[in-house]
Amino acid sequence: MTGKTQARARRALFSASGYHGTGILLAVFFLAPFAITILSSFRHGTEARLPPVPPWPTNGVSLDAYRSLDSFGAGVWQHTLNSAAVAIGTALLTVAVSLLAGYGFSRYRFKFKNALFVLIIATLMIPFQSILTPLFIILAKLGLNNSLIGLTLVYVTLQLPFSVFMMRNAFDAVPKEIEEAARIDGARDLGLLIRVLLPLVLPGIVTVAIFAFLNSWNEFLAALVLLSDNSKFTLPILISAVRAGRLGAIDWGAVQAGVTVMSVPCLFVFLLLQRYYMRGLMTGAVK
Amino acid sequence: MTLADSLSPSPRRHRPKRRSQWKGVLYIAPAMALVIVFFILPVLFTFWMSLHKWPLIGASSFIGLRNYVRMFSDTRFYSALGFTAYYTVIITIAIFALAFPLAIFVERQRRMVGVYRTAIFMPVVVGLASASLLWVWFGNVDSGFLNPLLAWLGLVDPKSNFFASFDSAFVVICVMVVWKVAGFTMIILLTGLQAIPTELGEAARIDGANRWKRFIYVTLPLMRKTMALSLILSVTGSILAFDQFYIMTAGGPQNKMITVVYYIFNQSFVSFNLGYGAAMSLVLLAILVLISIFQLWLLRVGEDRP
Repeated sequence: MTGKTQARARRALFSASGYHGTGILLAVFFLAPFAITILSSFRHGTEARLPPVPPWPTNGVSLDAYRSLDSFGAGVWQHTLNSAAVAIGTALLTVAVSLLAGYGFSRYRFKFKNALFVLIIATLMIPFQSILTPLFIILAKLGLNNSLIGLTLVYVTLQLPFSVFMMRNAFDAVPKEIEEAARIDGARDLGLLIRVLLPLVLPGIVTVAIFAFLNSWNEFLAALVLLSDNSKFTLPILISAVRAGRLGAIDWGAVQAGVTVMSVPCLFVFLLLQRYYMRGLMTGAVK
Repeated sequence: MTLADSLSPSPRRHRPKRRSQWKGVLYIAPAMALVIVFFILPVLFTFWMSLHKWPLIGASSFIGLRNYVRMFSDTRFYSALGFTAYYTVIITIAIFALAFPLAIFVERQRRMVGVYRTAIFMPVVVGLASASLLWVWFGNVDSGFLNPLLAWLGLVDPKSNFFASFDSAFVVICVMVVWKVAGFTMIILLTGLQAIPTELGEAARIDGANRWKRFIYVTLPLMRKTMALSLILSVTGSILAFDQFYIMTAGGPQNKMITVVYYIFNQSFVSFNLGYGAAMSLVLLAILVLISIFQLWLLRVGEDRP
């Protein structure tokens, strides 16, 4: 009897250690590349060309890699500012536009409402990569080529199908009685939307904002095509220019620093707002 | 007429209908304006451009279907299509081969499972460009990490350059993409696994089905819809691949790693054959719309049968 319980306990222990062993191995595989890159970026300038063995700084912590990254383009601050302006601008504008549209689609009736809604969602079927060539010409005609504002407007449009869908669902979930009560209290239109309804759909807004921020912060191809002026480059374009090398030599220290500057904000936003991110993922994927 | 139909219009009867109509349109106007200017218009414009010889500077001239004729005899376009298909098949298999076991691994609520899920998911939130830059450094022969690691394990010669040959460069890129994307596919598959009622598995177990049989006869059939969805997401994403090949190999040894999007990019923005680029974009668009329709059909088929 006791032998049997012991055997079962031993098997449970084995299974648990196997489980956690596998889990730790997996966590290392998926996290180690970040850890190695971030640690390596703080190595001394003389170590930048050497393999990261060991990955941590052995010669004292140094910001050499960041200093040499700063010598590319218009300086790393300018390019971080470009990226941040585009990403935050995209997030704010996407929230504003999809908040209004979500409210309109959820609460009003008008001609062709369903057709227009389907039209917005259907743009998901068309990859933006296939309309980049005409987009380039149209932006030039509007005087928005090589401009961060033009890029932001394109990013907002790309975010709209997901965001409008998300916000319409958020408004659909708000009981009509709340609105009726607020109307009786004299709240109207935008005032009603902002003061009464906005707090109720805040989780949806956070989700929309996170996706808009991350997608525009990370986007590569449209930024590569639409920005031609060196000083306007966003971070991914700058760092890929660093990777392409100068005078035939590649400054890997600057690449490590660049990858760190690009990834850390994403990881941070995700870890901080994971709940909202996952909800957006479910809505977007399962629909 | 259902109950909901007969009930819903009555409170609206009191409101002035015309004004409310006009207001609704006003609310959606900014979204519609953006979608029309930056999406619908470009799509229509692609048709127009594809019928022209359209240089970057100077006047465009109407040439009818000649861009399309050119495409049919363009061997580089065919090889781009071929490489894109090859990459899509390999990477989709690789992602699923890892993501399915991962989803099963993180399915049950156990201690630390949340930490493992988050760790596996982390690469998904950084950009593909960041991931490509990270791994191109990792794979570098002089300054990277893969060489010392694999040499220490005795798998490769310490001075082997992964990016010098097609096969090894392709393997490094696939490892990078799997590392970056597996967590996403895992979460999608996980939602499918969790939607399966536990009673079904229990019943099968009581009937004497072992773990493997339960997986084949209970889990997999019920996962069809989820698998179709994640399959389509993976396939459409891979067909549009660009960043990793541009950043990591710049088209690869002997230009063997040019995908369709990469070739369109080169024709449009390097050689400035914008009309030809538009024509190829339309073909790419047609391929993807066909896949989307196939997806809808596949999902509906999944709905009919339990």
